[in-house]
Amino acid sequence: MNVQAKEPARRPNPPRATPRFQINRRQFALILFLLAVLSLTAVAIAGDRCASIAMETDFTQKNLAPCLSHPFGTDWMGRDMLARTLTGLSLSVRLGLLTATASAAIAALMGSAAAMNKTLDALFSWLIDLVMGVPHILLLILISFACGRGFRGVVIGVTLSHWMSLARVIRSEVLQLKQSAYVQIAAKLGASHLRIVLRHMVPNLLPQFLVGLVLLFPHAILHEASITFLGFGLPPEQPAVGIILSESMQYLVMGRWWLAVFPGLLLVTGVLLFGVAGNCLRSLTNPASANE
Amino acid sequence: MRFVAKTSLRMALLLVCVSILAFALVSASPVDPLGANVGQAALGSMSVEQIAKLETYWGVNEPPVRRYLAWAGDFIRGDMGISLLYRRNVALVLAEKASNSLLLMLSAWILSGALGFALGIAAGMNREKTADRLIQGYCALIASMPVFWLALLLLTVFAVLLRVLPIGLSVPIGMESAAVTFADRLRHATLPALTLSVAGIANIALHTREKVIDVMSSDYVLFAMARGEGRRSILRLHVLRNVLLPAVTLQFASISEVFGGSVLVEQVFSYPGLGQTAVRAGLGGDVPLLMGITVVSAIIVLLGNLAANILYGVIDPRMRSGRERA
Amino acid sequence: MEKTPLLEVKNLRIAFDQYSGRFSKNNLGMIRDLSVMVREGELVAVVGPSGSGKSLLAHGILGILPDNAEIEGEIRFRGTTMTQRCKESLRGNEIALVPQNLSYLDPLLRMGPQLRKGKRDAKSRQKTREILAHYSLNEQMERMYPFELSGGMTRRILISTALIDSPSLVIADEPTPGLDEKLARRVMSHFRAIADDGAGILLITHDLELALEVADRISVIYAGTSIEDAAATDFLHEETLRHPYTRALWRAMPRNGFRVENTAQPCVAKIPAGCPFQQHCAAASGACRREIPYRRAGEGFVRCIHTEEAVAAT
Repeated sequence: MNVQAKEPARRPNPPRATPRFQINRRQFALILFLLAVLSLTAVAIAGDRCASIAMETDFTQKNLAPCLSHPFGTDWMGRDMLARTLTGLSLSVRLGLLTATASAAIAALMGSAAAMNKTLDALFSWLIDLVMGVPHILLLILISFACGRGFRGVVIGVTLSHWMSLARVIRSEVLQLKQSAYVQIAAKLGASHLRIVLRHMVPNLLPQFLVGLVLLFPHAILHEASITFLGFGLPPEQPAVGIILSESMQYLVMGRWWLAVFPGLLLVTGVLLFGVAGNCLRSLTNPASANE
Repeated sequence: MRFVAKTSLRMALLLVCVSILAFALVSASPVDPLGANVGQAALGSMSVEQIAKLETYWGVNEPPVRRYLAWAGDFIRGDMGISLLYRRNVALVLAEKASNSLLLMLSAWILSGALGFALGIAAGMNREKTADRLIQGYCALIASMPVFWLALLLLTVFAVLLRVLPIGLSVPIGMESAAVTFADRLRHATLPALTLSVAGIANIALHTREKVIDVMSSDYVLFAMARGEGRRSILRLHVLRNVLLPAVTLQFASISEVFGGSVLVEQVFSYPGLGQTAVRAGLGGDVPLLMGITVVSAIIVLLGNLAANILYGVIDPRMRSGRERA
Repeated sequence: MEKTPLLEVKNLRIAFDQYSGRFSKNNLGMIRDLSVMVREGELVAVVGPSGSGKSLLAHGILGILPDNAEIEGEIRFRGTTMTQRCKESLRGNEIALVPQNLSYLDPLLRMGPQLRKGKRDAKSRQKTREILAHYSLNEQMERMYPFELSGGMTRRILISTALIDSPSLVIADEPTPGLDEKLARRVMSHFRAIADDGAGILLITHDLELALEVADRISVIYAGTSIEDAAATDFLHEETLRHPYTRALWRAMPRNGFRVENTAQPCVAKIPAGCPFQQHCAAASGACRREIPYRRAGEGFVRCIHTEEAVAAT
């Protein structure tokens, strides 16, 4: 009697060498997630510590290309670019956390409200269509303008323009949950609205919500940097990444590429780390990924 | 036809609401247009009558509702007011800037749509293989970059280091407008358009890839495989067909992104288009211009959505017959 | 005269790697030991409760299992062992699948091109017309989209998608989901006609009564394991059936008294060693915990140590 060797069913894959420690995909995702979070916290703390160094000017050291003592070079006032960048990035990370959390909270409220009530739902779609009818950056400019173009304007603007997609997701999730068998049964058995929400809906919503929240950070950070770059945000003394980059523009033509490249690279890394964390979280909490 | 009418009505209403929202925002601003545009020093040396004249010019003392209605009434008649910064008709300013931006935005929109679609299909059909990972990596990277930094990078590489393309503006400096050729315009628009395209491709490719994967995991593709249909046949017969509609919606939705991107990119390249004008209007407190740009861009975005909805109704057989039966 | 065997499945095992709990992976065997044979012109029904892994059999034969599935055992078509390559060349060709419902059809493709798999040559067009005519389906149907089909048309169109390739083996996976009796009977008669025309049919279903009306042989599956293979005529009396589970099935049939007993399958992760039915079997003994071979019994097979033949053999 012939017994065929085990073969992966659809496509013949070459057998993988199995290392001593077999980490499956999920464990890998968890490790990656923790690493990302750790790195971001490190940046936030480091930047805060560097704040004073970032402000120090030293005209004897101005316009230096990257070297050992100044790995990111110095600017036209002799300020160390590494310190400035770290401070700016730390600011961005913290601002991003603030605005993303606020946005997510709004999204949760709006999404659930829309799912619970027909009129609110109509209002919800109208509002979303309204806000999305204006290009994002333009909306940010308007809000920032309305708030007087300072720090407040940036925070409010970024917060108010990011809740839409997460709100939609939460709305459809709550709608689905409302229809699900166990919720309807709980209602019929006499459970109060609050109890249903807390015991049945929140645990199911939480994973999607958290993933959405983490994935909001990159967008928040990018938009904050953009609006600051345009001149609508923080005052020029604060070394926000947007400011650093907008100031660097005039010097780029003179060939001082390090003033833009490094700060940008670090910002991209920060954003990527958030993205990685979000995706890891998603694959960890998504039941559909059980079959990978 | 009723479908078109209904959607158009909704769009018109939305537009009105957008204008109200925008107006509310700009009116709420504590920015004093006088101080921002004339300067504190100049203000200090002015007489009371001069300041009063300026105040009426900028409409500082009238109640907001009346101001809105006045503005709206004028707007419908085609009068968007006078730009405070440029001291010309807003409509004229917008027309001029828009024609500059048109080349830029249109080319970026088409390029990012076409290439994004192609890359998305390539990635989705080769899920988890090298091509897919490369494309995903590219998309993840670009999506993590602020588009203005991408612009700065390209500026550094092509204009500063390699010196093959101009640093900025839409025409060569100092040249008379009669002497400017189309080729000149193209050269100056290349870097901004390139930047916008590169950024747009990433977004569209990623979304297209998701749709392709959805189709490939569907029951009907499974059945197609069970019937012995090869990969190329599946792509041609099933994937392209079923991804087309979402792709169209995506493409029209990207109009908003292109506009947003152009605001940043034009700033980097000092390209005098709509985007840069929006920034200047915002920084300078030029309310009529700001309102004009907001409403015009909203019109463009909403028209795009309308077009997408109409196309959907025309292309999707399920919606077509739904209307025939109705 | 013995008909030539078309499909032979021996000791098939299909398992999945799946995450259970946060971080550990489990290997779950959905089909544990399945053997079945279909000859030319024969209609074999694979019958078992829902969740016994029957659908996977169809996917396994056609080579369309998902990537995280493992397959072991032997599948032979006309005597040749089938590799993945074989499956890919035979499917849609010599072996065809009758889909369960309209979701298996491309919603944006009209029925004509869908049946022809997009081919435009004259021969394909001719075949399409012929198959539609065979099932008394209007020529207009070629221009319809799946969502425009209704009721009776649907079943016939689904069968046509399989038959257009003139296959030697037809696999039908639950072809009568939730259909009313009259319609279901009609569908089954179509299958009988196909078998009478010379093709072999592998019918996968949980509806034993319906299967008995048209099948030549019945293969009973329990918890992913083949436990009995008998002729349809054996089902006329309880005594001619051998396995305790098959007998319980017989007793549960409405026309035999509708006596329902607890025969619930153990969940996949907790199937006992040896006979999967031992928890519910009155005749179970310690010996049932050892591996039990699928032995010949008359014209068919049975996996039980308490049958007459098995007892006689010891």
